[in-house]
Amino acid sequence: MLQRLSHLLGIESLSNEQIAFFLDQSKPFQEFQRYPLKKLATLRGKTVAVAFFEASTRTRISFTTAAARLGADTMALQAESSSLKKGESLIDTVRTLEAMRPDGIVIRHASSGAPEFVAERLDIPVLNAGDGTHEHPTQALLDALTIRDRKGKLEGLNVTIVGDILHSRVARSNIHLLGKFGACVTVCGPAMWVPREVAELAPNMRRTLRIEESLEGADVVMVLRVQTERLHEPALAPDEYIEGYQLTPVRLKLAKADALVLHPGPMIRGLEIDPAVADGPQSCVLDQVTNGLAVRMALLYHLIGGAPVDAPHPAAKERQNAAD
Amino acid sequence: MRVVEKRQLLSAEEINRTLQRLAHEIVEKSGGAKDLALVGIRRRGVPLAARMAELMRGFAGTTVPVGTLDITLYRDDLSTIGPQPVVQSTNIDFVVDDRDLVVVDDVLYTGRTIRAAMNGLFDLGRPKRIRLCVLIDRGHRELPVEASFVGRTVQTSDTEIVEVRLREVDSEERVVLVDRVPESAGERAGGRD
Repeated sequence: MLQRLSHLLGIESLSNEQIAFFLDQSKPFQEFQRYPLKKLATLRGKTVAVAFFEASTRTRISFTTAAARLGADTMALQAESSSLKKGESLIDTVRTLEAMRPDGIVIRHASSGAPEFVAERLDIPVLNAGDGTHEHPTQALLDALTIRDRKGKLEGLNVTIVGDILHSRVARSNIHLLGKFGACVTVCGPAMWVPREVAELAPNMRRTLRIEESLEGADVVMVLRVQTERLHEPALAPDEYIEGYQLTPVRLKLAKADALVLHPGPMIRGLEIDPAVADGPQSCVLDQVTNGLAVRMALLYHLIGGAPVDAPHPAAKERQNAAD
Repeated sequence: MRVVEKRQLLSAEEINRTLQRLAHEIVEKSGGAKDLALVGIRRRGVPLAARMAELMRGFAGTTVPVGTLDITLYRDDLSTIGPQPVVQSTNIDFVVDDRDLVVVDDVLYTGRTIRAAMNGLFDLGRPKRIRLCVLIDRGHRELPVEASFVGRTVQTSDTEIVEVRLREVDSEERVVLVDRVPESAGERAGGRD
């Protein structure tokens, strides 16, 4: 029997069965995105707190839209407009949100481990929407869904991840997920961003500093966003990164002919990816966005839906008494 | 609770004859099969709808589109139960707008499934008409829902269960009436089913 998940904090702690369950449960929600009327009442009366302590557009919109399409209400907290700037601590902020009685909370935070810290202190489900350089579990799930739809499986695929592996929670979550399902992950980037330890996060990993070598035989190429604030003299100038690591049409030819190109967004065209690749036939970036909605709807449905574990609905109690 | 079989309601042959009659009735009362489409409710409405469409193709010579509807996301008891039920796919590849739909299910009981099914269909468009076809109507309605086409009406008590077993899903083909009887004292703990 599948263990019911009370929080989604990261991919590393999930079992293969739990991951496969959520990927399978995303399928009906993928179909739902094509419905003319995209509004369910499934989570009517539920409220999801969407607390983003770090700037984000797409993940926040994706979670908010997923909740809305399930019929839930959201209460939003954004870094720029919040009391954080006034010096309130994380725990005080989430306790304030909790006092408004949401049924679950989605958290993004610049500190690794912040969602876990909150999960230990609140009684409601916590969903990690990205924490520091730790994990971004919903991104890994939507990437896996995108790959599985096109390739039919994850096992045995060669997946190359290019960019700043060290600081990337997207890379970390993907490495954990792909490793669990028997994919072979190659990490590639400048030496300072691809320390030897990252190649030990999962079995069957390979590390190289040469993009040409990393792309040979790849079934999937994941291009990471380069944080421009990390590109500066004398460490690494933007021109050098483009020269050494930009995914160009010529380089992409080194991968398998039917290789997929994924990017978690937001893309910086002309930096980590050539526009011709970003808009090319192998690019899955827009599928990733749609699949993100499906994955997040499936997660919200299973984590936030239903009667709270410790406080069943009065009607359920009544029926239980009647049945006894 | 222990489950015991009380009697057989339909044999495999009777199921077949009932579906034949229902398929004919549907086509007759629809003025032919134009605009007609069948929607099977998961799980056992799906093979029933497929079989009737096949029968219609045989005697009316027209291909009636068949869809599959999963009503999980439209259930009205989700906020009262713990772990949420697994969601299955809905596959309706035809345009629902202005279609003459017949929803197909195995057993009509409280009517709540049918209410959920209609909500699901409205999310896909605006059908011209929705009618309901069931193999068994066992009574005990909790909502004002009635079927337009009924295979057999059966009087039941509320502890009884009508089990429709179909070869596509189960290892056998027949409809049986089973009853829940209390275990001997001391063994009564446990859930409702």
